[in-house]
Amino acid sequence: MTRASADRWEDGAAIQTVELTRRFGSFVAVERVSLRVRRGEVFGLLGPNGAGKTTLIRMLCGLLSPSAGSAFVAGLDVARAGEAVRRRIGYMSQRFSLYPDLTVEENLTFYGGVYGIRGKPLRTRLEEVLAELALGPFRESLARDLPLGYKQRLALGCAMLHEPPILFLDEPTSGVDPRARRSFWDLIHRKAEAGTTLVVTTHYMEEAEYCHRIAIMDSGKVIALGSPTRLKEEHGCESIQQVFLKLLRGDGGSTWQTPRSPSGESGVLGS
Amino acid sequence: MSPRASNSLFLHRPGTLQASLRRIRALAQKELYHILRDFRTLAIVILMPIVQLVMFGYALNLEIQRVDLGVLDYARTPLSRQLISWFEGSRLFRVFSMDGSAEEADRLFRLRRLQAVLVIPPRFGEEVERRGFSTVQLLVDASDPNAGTLIRDYSRRVVAGLASEKTGSQPLLDFRPTILFNPDLKSAYFFVPGIIALVLVMISALLTSITVAREREMGTLEALLATPVRPHEIVVGKVLPYAALALVDAVFVLAVGVLLYRVPLRGDPLLLLLLTAIYLATGLNLGLILSTVARTQQVAMIMAMVTTLLPTLLLSGLIFPIASMPGWLQALSYLVPARYYLLIVRGILLKGSAWAHLVQPSLVLLGMSLLLLAVSARRFRTTLEV
Repeated sequence: MTRASADRWEDGAAIQTVELTRRFGSFVAVERVSLRVRRGEVFGLLGPNGAGKTTLIRMLCGLLSPSAGSAFVAGLDVARAGEAVRRRIGYMSQRFSLYPDLTVEENLTFYGGVYGIRGKPLRTRLEEVLAELALGPFRESLARDLPLGYKQRLALGCAMLHEPPILFLDEPTSGVDPRARRSFWDLIHRKAEAGTTLVVTTHYMEEAEYCHRIAIMDSGKVIALGSPTRLKEEHGCESIQQVFLKLLRGDGGSTWQTPRSPSGESGVLGS
Repeated sequence: MSPRASNSLFLHRPGTLQASLRRIRALAQKELYHILRDFRTLAIVILMPIVQLVMFGYALNLEIQRVDLGVLDYARTPLSRQLISWFEGSRLFRVFSMDGSAEEADRLFRLRRLQAVLVIPPRFGEEVERRGFSTVQLLVDASDPNAGTLIRDYSRRVVAGLASEKTGSQPLLDFRPTILFNPDLKSAYFFVPGIIALVLVMISALLTSITVAREREMGTLEALLATPVRPHEIVVGKVLPYAALALVDAVFVLAVGVLLYRVPLRGDPLLLLLLTAIYLATGLNLGLILSTVARTQQVAMIMAMVTTLLPTLLLSGLIFPIASMPGWLQALSYLVPARYYLLIVRGILLKGSAWAHLVQPSLVLLGMSLLLLAVSARRFRTTLEV
């Protein structure tokens, strides 16, 4: 850890990116993104599909190397200390990547083993996570038999079993019913209150209101950044949804889709 | 609850070998759950090689039996009847006497009713009495050259046997071949080891190629890569349980070969198992490399079949002798692991070869599997960025 990066961690930045860029051939998926996420913050990444949210998260997790720019996570340069970074983060991918033929407990135990946790500390931690996520009654169930809302919780459990100070949640609420989404956000806030930093992507716009700060992305660029309240004030809008539409009108060649709602809710961006 | 320091749950430093082994153990254990939970696949994995061995074993039989031999006896002398009875007495031929002409024989050849016709000329027997020798003709259907050659050689032996009995004289040169290791020239002795080689490399490549492709399809591979697990740990953690499974397969297949086909096991069974494990490693590691290329389980399966089935069948010496191939194919055959394993498995089963005889092919196989392992670990690192 260099002195400069250690300072970044100490002075409260959980994540810092400098001009972070990723190209796929001639396509620029993420273009010169500079962000600073504070410790204990719930940071939302919003934008339509293809805006670059997932690419950005994958670079921060070290799953994808940047074409240019740099990223510091937990005070460490992701490009140089990828493995050390991966020990300090938890990543929940879009697809609730669980092993369907393993039980809830086996899924959790496996991730424990992968992080080198076993024996008594593992058993203690397992009970904590099962209680925290209300997964206790399902511990012997195969992951494939779980209702979607519980699959989502189990995926979160697998990502946080090793108590990472930073959690990346990529579309954690997509496809889940509104009540499960609501209680999932309660979980997120409890984690944040306990000091965990969370980066969450979503395309449900009303979920932006649950975040301390949000970055709105379009075509690989961050086009707005700030707390939901401030963004609404700045643009004189009632809701984040309206901020979206206003930004969209200002920017001719956008790919925003007409808001639609698969679950009977308002304010959903194209899925 | 306040967050503990990120490393408080680690008892050991994450970079140590012990931590690495711990991660490998977690991966291998998870893989074992996959294997044991999926009964259907498990049944296929155990039964398929045995079924294949039984089927191939009967299908790839080069021995010919019950050749339909027509006899045109124009002589009808005691000697000609004696010659016919010698043919009847051999296990190879079913003899049909024919009244017709040579045209009749031609017609029956085309109808595939006969594979050979023995023509005994009118003066046969009489000639022997008068001049001390005579001629018989054998017509052979050589559209299957291998069978044709066998029929010719076997008939020659029958005729020579009768001739030497009649004259009673010592031949000038007495040629006595001694057939080693497979005195009855049973083709099962030749093919069963070959099929073992084929089945084992196929199943092992299939196993590992599917397992990574499945994780990729489910998205769990991505989740795994966001953890501190290193690529080579994934590789080893996946290979170990499937290696155990493939080894169980190997034991079954060898047992079927020995018990059903009565192939002898003259060498050390433990040595055979050990060297078989090295051979399996080449297949398992090849499967891993394929899985870094294949995006879906189906593609992985097809690639595993293509890269193992044909090269092993055609280029390893399993059916066609390597010595009779054109030079460039012979050069290619050096890349086929089965080429070396065949030397090992035939050697131990049939010749009772010991380690000292098998050092060279064993080392080549070991080198191959290590190389493939290194390549797959490397490809893992570079191709998973998607």
